[in-house]
Amino acid sequence: MNNRINNLFHTKNGPVLSVYFTAGFPGRDDTVPLVEHLSEAGADMIELGFPFSDPLADGPVIQNSSRLAIRNGMSLPLLFRQIKHIRKHTDIPLLLMGYLNPVMQYGEDRFLEKCAETGIDGVILPDMSLEYFREHFRDRFCKLGLSNILLITPATPPHRIRQIDALSDGFIYMVSSDAITGGSPDLSRQQEYYRRVASMNLKNPTLTGFGIHDRDSFLNACRYSRGAIVGSAFIKHLEAAGVSRESVRKFMGSILP
Amino acid sequence: MNSIHPDERGYYGEFGGAFVPEMLYPNLTELRKHYLPVIESNDFKKEFRLLLRDYVGRPTPLYYSPKLSGEHGASVYLKREDLTHTGAHKINNTIGQILLAKRLNKKRIIAETGAGQHGVAVATACALAGIGCTVFMGKVDMHRQKPNVERMKLLGAEVVPAVSGSQTLKDATNEAIREWISHPADTHYIIGSVVGPHPYPDMVARFQSVIGLEISDQLKEKTGKKTPDYVLACLGGGSNAIGAFYPFIDNRVTQLIAVEAGGKGIHSGKTAASIALGRKGIIHGSRTYLIQTDDGQIIEPYSVSAGLDYPGIGPVHAYLHDTGKAKVVNVTDDEAMEAALWLSRREGIIPALEPAHALAYLRKMKFRPGDTVVVNLSGRGDKDMSIYRQYLHR
Repeated sequence: MNNRINNLFHTKNGPVLSVYFTAGFPGRDDTVPLVEHLSEAGADMIELGFPFSDPLADGPVIQNSSRLAIRNGMSLPLLFRQIKHIRKHTDIPLLLMGYLNPVMQYGEDRFLEKCAETGIDGVILPDMSLEYFREHFRDRFCKLGLSNILLITPATPPHRIRQIDALSDGFIYMVSSDAITGGSPDLSRQQEYYRRVASMNLKNPTLTGFGIHDRDSFLNACRYSRGAIVGSAFIKHLEAAGVSRESVRKFMGSILP
Repeated sequence: MNSIHPDERGYYGEFGGAFVPEMLYPNLTELRKHYLPVIESNDFKKEFRLLLRDYVGRPTPLYYSPKLSGEHGASVYLKREDLTHTGAHKINNTIGQILLAKRLNKKRIIAETGAGQHGVAVATACALAGIGCTVFMGKVDMHRQKPNVERMKLLGAEVVPAVSGSQTLKDATNEAIREWISHPADTHYIIGSVVGPHPYPDMVARFQSVIGLEISDQLKEKTGKKTPDYVLACLGGGSNAIGAFYPFIDNRVTQLIAVEAGGKGIHSGKTAASIALGRKGIIHGSRTYLIQTDDGQIIEPYSVSAGLDYPGIGPVHAYLHDTGKAKVVNVTDDEAMEAALWLSRREGIIPALEPAHALAYLRKMKFRPGDTVVVNLSGRGDKDMSIYRQYLHR
């Protein structure tokens, strides 16, 4: 599939840094400038979280940003309007990340069509199972040129990792530990898992996420995968230091080598 | 016997399934693979049956209530789940799940609780089995169901307040699932109702089916016929309801009636009536009816009864409703309260607020003489004393 995500992995030599933040947080209209600041400051890819009231895989930091984003009036229709605006200025790979229920209420087909139309490159729906994707979504993702990003964890058995690899087109989201977002992992167990996945020679690149919060954890993750995803740490930084260009540059400076 | 089971992937029609993050895949796969072989094995059945008899106190009586019968012009029976050990039907499921967890070599139990009845039943089963447990309970519920918090602690459970969202059952469930994600290998999650991802709805329904099976036998003994004309039960997540309905689904004679918590009225904005107001969506890993905004954000429910204060319903009930196999109705806080007081004063039975909803609906029904009606009295009212006292003195 030819989209911005696959182009990124084909052309970039060094480690890939993807940054997650919840759209509509801290302010309703911060989405557009934050994407701009992040791409200026060296982010390779951006994951826009659309908020859900009951995010099961998320820790307190993203729960809180989601709650505030909902209170700020963030919704899928609004987010798609913001993305249209974003796409006028930047060509950075963009993903949407969120839970299935808001997508179902918006309409699954309509959601995917709108993603393609506004210039979204990939979608991460953590509570959508592999089986559900295969039966309900796969053909539509392919047709629209959208990458579906699936998760693996330290407990995912090898045969299932192979299945996920076969159904993925873009990258595989390698969850760093048995934890919700923002947790702190058991490092030795993690190394073993990173090595094990690296030795499988998957067709898709992997990006490591959950618990990546500074340069050390970023570089460590990059030893075994093509790069990493930072989420909760960035949200925390926005809470403390604000959304200015300077603030974002400072954060990126603390992660990038 | 007529009963109801999901397909192998956990669907009742279009409802159910398992919509969970990949982190839970290994746990759920393990459960899915083992739950039926384990609970259908002879040694499990024997141990379960024995504990239900000698520890839980089953069979619970089916009591013919002369006062309710006189009041409503039909033969009204109460299934006395309030007389079980710990005082509610929840113990049937927790004994079943603890025996399963032991066979799966789990070292620790987690659970959510609303009214605290499930939490107490989990803490009890864990004390019995010698396994440690952590129970998540909404902070608001910890306040309004204080005696049960004390009971859980006395039984050795750790009670963790859920402080997110509305701080009630939904949020306690979120926290328990997050805890499970973080400790997948050695921990078993005992869900208290027929909610959650497959295989929970089916597993819990099977453990609760003893209620309906006993009703059928006891009715036969008392009246000569095995099938009542009506079975009524309150509906939060729906475990006592499915337990009571289980053998009567599809029998064409019995009308099954599930009573949701209308709260202050279904158009008041303060309600937990998921069928009355809900639309299809996903909550806690399963596709069902839930109360939500147009954007798909789950709306915080409200009911005076902590055990019914949940924005969704078990997928099996969504299916029974859609297929017309059960009728789902609702009553308000005040109607439930009146029914609880009536039963206390007229029959000398203080019901929990949850089954008081089922009792309250009797007044809205028209019976023919000779109709046989069973109300599942799913729990006793000790935990609700402070709410009843406030109501009396208002």
